[in-house]
Amino acid sequence: MRKSRHNLKSPEQELRIFRVRALLALVVVFSLTGLLMGRLAYLQVVQHEVYTTRSEKNRVRVEPLPPTRGLIYDRNGELLAENRPTYNLTLVRERVEDLDATLTRLVQILELSDEEAEAFRVRSRQRQRPFQPALLMSDLDEGQIARLAVNRHLLPGVEVEAQLLRYYPDAEVMAHALGYVGRINAEELERLDPGRYAGTHFIGKTGVERYYEEALHGEAGLRKVETNARGRVLRELGRTDPVPGKDLTLTLDKELQHLAYELLDGRRGAIVAIEPATGGILAMVSAPGYDTNQFVTGIDVASYQGLQEDLDLPLYNRAIRGHYPPGSTIKPFLALAGLVEGVITPDKTIYDPGYFQLPNDSRRYRNWLRWGHGRVDLERSIAVSNNTYYYTLAHDLGIDRIHANMTNFGFGTRVGHDIFGESNALMPSRDWKRERYNQSWYPGETLSVGIGQGYWQVTPLQLATATAVLANRGDWVKPRLARTLGDEALPEPLPDTPDAIELVNESWWDRVFSGMEKVISGHEGTARRTGVGLEYRMGGKSGTAQVFSLGQDQKYNADELAERLRDHALFMAFAPIEEPQIAVAVIVENAGGGSTHAAHLARAMTDAWLLDDEEPDVEEIREEMDEDDARLAGN
Amino acid sequence: MALSDLSRPWRPYPVKAPASGMSRRRGFWERVHLDPWLLGLLLLLMGAGLVVMYSASGQRIDTVISQGIRFGVALGVMVVIAQFAPATLIRWALPAYLLGVAMLVAVELVGDMGMGAQRWLVIPGVIRFQPSELMKLAMPLMVAAYLSRRELPPRARDLAVCALIVGVPVVLIAKQPDLGTSLLVGSSAVFVVLLAGLSWRIIGLLGALAAAALPLLWMNMHDYQRRRVLTFLDPNSDPLGAGWNIIQSTTAIGSGGVLGKGWMEGTQSQLEFLPERHTDFIVAVLGEEFGLVGMLAFLLLYLLIVCRGLWLAAEAQETFGRLLAGSIILTFFIYVFVNVGMVSGILPVVGVPLPLVSYGGTSSVTLMAGFGILMAIHAHRRLLPR
Repeated sequence: MRKSRHNLKSPEQELRIFRVRALLALVVVFSLTGLLMGRLAYLQVVQHEVYTTRSEKNRVRVEPLPPTRGLIYDRNGELLAENRPTYNLTLVRERVEDLDATLTRLVQILELSDEEAEAFRVRSRQRQRPFQPALLMSDLDEGQIARLAVNRHLLPGVEVEAQLLRYYPDAEVMAHALGYVGRINAEELERLDPGRYAGTHFIGKTGVERYYEEALHGEAGLRKVETNARGRVLRELGRTDPVPGKDLTLTLDKELQHLAYELLDGRRGAIVAIEPATGGILAMVSAPGYDTNQFVTGIDVASYQGLQEDLDLPLYNRAIRGHYPPGSTIKPFLALAGLVEGVITPDKTIYDPGYFQLPNDSRRYRNWLRWGHGRVDLERSIAVSNNTYYYTLAHDLGIDRIHANMTNFGFGTRVGHDIFGESNALMPSRDWKRERYNQSWYPGETLSVGIGQGYWQVTPLQLATATAVLANRGDWVKPRLARTLGDEALPEPLPDTPDAIELVNESWWDRVFSGMEKVISGHEGTARRTGVGLEYRMGGKSGTAQVFSLGQDQKYNADELAERLRDHALFMAFAPIEEPQIAVAVIVENAGGGSTHAAHLARAMTDAWLLDDEEPDVEEIREEMDEDDARLAGN
Repeated sequence: MALSDLSRPWRPYPVKAPASGMSRRRGFWERVHLDPWLLGLLLLLMGAGLVVMYSASGQRIDTVISQGIRFGVALGVMVVIAQFAPATLIRWALPAYLLGVAMLVAVELVGDMGMGAQRWLVIPGVIRFQPSELMKLAMPLMVAAYLSRRELPPRARDLAVCALIVGVPVVLIAKQPDLGTSLLVGSSAVFVVLLAGLSWRIIGLLGALAAAALPLLWMNMHDYQRRRVLTFLDPNSDPLGAGWNIIQSTTAIGSGGVLGKGWMEGTQSQLEFLPERHTDFIVAVLGEEFGLVGMLAFLLLYLLIVCRGLWLAAEAQETFGRLLAGSIILTFFIYVFVNVGMVSGILPVVGVPLPLVSYGGTSSVTLMAGFGILMAIHAHRRLLPR
């Protein structure tokens, strides 16, 4: 069988078949080659542009060049916020092969505590644009930098990046005026223009840093670099330099600010001083302050909790957000309202039996001096801070006219130009009460408002501003912190400046001023002890405010209870009367010693600003205040 | 029938021995049993390949030298093998095949893992060897030897025997897993059968059967193999993982344009975006740096080699030689087609190098040994009067 099969083999036929098949194979080979060629022509000719773009995108990386943040100076060119070179640890997650292993290694190399390590892990997971470095740790020390450099080959995707870090030399004193910068958080990341903030890790969080964020930040630049597949930069292909942020010069005076902070040392309170001619804020202090530098590098949880739970509320900016009943400090403004509305004349007197009664009402609204001041005119009403005069005035004006006139002085409004987070506090009105309590306004409430109590609340900034407007004889200035931004001065007048307050008779201003001068320099002035040895003419008005707590859910221990239930002391003042150069509002919480306490601080401020003397002696001022306290306690 | 028959020398028909006195003066190429055309084309290809290699290796001259040495060894192997007559080769068929299968089984049992696949047979300190490479030659040799003794065109029974001969090693190689090599080994056998004149009816039938078996194949594939196929269908489904290779290689080729970015100027290759740039994906470097013109030149070179190879095969006097030579040269083309096809994104990624250009010693030696066989078959023709 096999043999026969062999015999059937036909070499010629096999050759023929082979040649046909080989030819066919050749045809297939040619067509497949043609297919390849077609594919290549498609890629390299038809789609060439697409792939060229893709290849460029591979190779060329655009790196942001973050701008240098503008510096902040006080009015005399003293540096308040600077940029210090520091070294940061960054990580590009896309270039890290094993994130957990890398982090563990980093924790070892940097010798971090468990808590730091945890914060570290959280930051590494924070949402980030692809291929953007995430900031793991700021402010590496030299040992850490050296150890990282040695282990660099073990840590792909991890870089030590030199960066300028914000630093506040007078952090505590300036805390509430300047604010601070902090790490950009997820919410801000959402909102920010990714182009402008590429490569920037910090943003202004509060205060001037926040308000002038745009100008201080500057414009990011960029550089195009060629990188290899592992992301290493091989050369620079082109660059646009960043535009540094504008330097900001403030109206603040560093020395005055320091003085204000020292004056309030150990107390809770606020001092705001304004230059009446310009509205420039000379000092704005809320005490206690806090170290804003902690927030720049990222405050640890314990410290932050400590600040938040501190009974003295150091994070709370009392100067612009603190709500205080103004007490008697608003009597000069009410007197002016009476003059404007024709309810009183400067020479009109009332008789004070020690109390005021509403018609058909047996309730007696008492003067602070139980037996009364007797006959009281406008100037004396201010000097002795007579309540009965203002009960009468308030009753005659009515809440509507009080509200309108006080609003003209800025009460119940946001007065500041560049103040971030300012509160408008509360200037009560019929409408407000109906909306808030769904009740009509009672005449007795008008009387409370007449002596700066009741619903009326002011911020220290509002009180200082109203004082400046008063000192300007009605010309409005909006308080502001910035003097120049880069080379440009702020516009004059500032936008949305309210209209000036005009009196029919200009001399009425002098009558009110005279009353205010007598507060300090008059023989029966409420702050006459403060006027001793005064070298210029100063007008002021004292006030005490009954306590209301700042927070609703604070727990007081028994010792602190008494201290924290004492009255707040307020004082507003300006000087010199002829040509006012400073208007100041002082609030000392739970001062206890009465209004004179705040008056001493106001005098210290005006002295420091107006006299070229040696440094004011804070110790001496404090001693005087303690003497006053002792005398009052003895009474 | 017995397979052992195959090892006996066998002459299909009497050949007239040339009278010694009448022998015409043999030229140099005939004396060394080499085909100058084919050799010239191969040398040209290898030379051009080394030029591309210099750029693809990141300008590392030692890589180029090492590749050159491998080429030298491969050429030596080719020259040696070309000296054997087809009658000798046919005697090697069965032992070589059995040895190959035995070693594949050994790999399956004690083989060394390398790059996630069990492909290597190691005698410690002596040699590392991939039995599948041997199979690339032993397979067509075996099938050609078998079929050349059968009446052609092959019948169904012959086909069944062939299926057995092919099936065992192909399955073993595919299990390693090495899809590329098993594809090459399998197709080398298929080419023998097709060239032997398998009837179109059976071809159609088998084709339909194969299509029906595709789902079965899919179910038996490794995860990574499936992923490759899926990635091929849509590279962007996993751009940083499995799709990366293909996206980067098409980007490299496409951005090369008509004239290319210039030698050593390809950004995709030089900046290491291109993976495996001096091995399986070297054609992307070629496409990026030398453009469509360079690609067409290389394809033309390959086409000329295939044409010459087929010509040599068709010239062969004996069926065995014809089938073997045809299979070798067509398998060579399959290398080119699969490699260029996968790198340019029209075929899924399987590990097939660009012949005589990609870095790698074993495949070059196997390929050149194949060309040695081709030349042997041609050079040892009996001179017959036409």
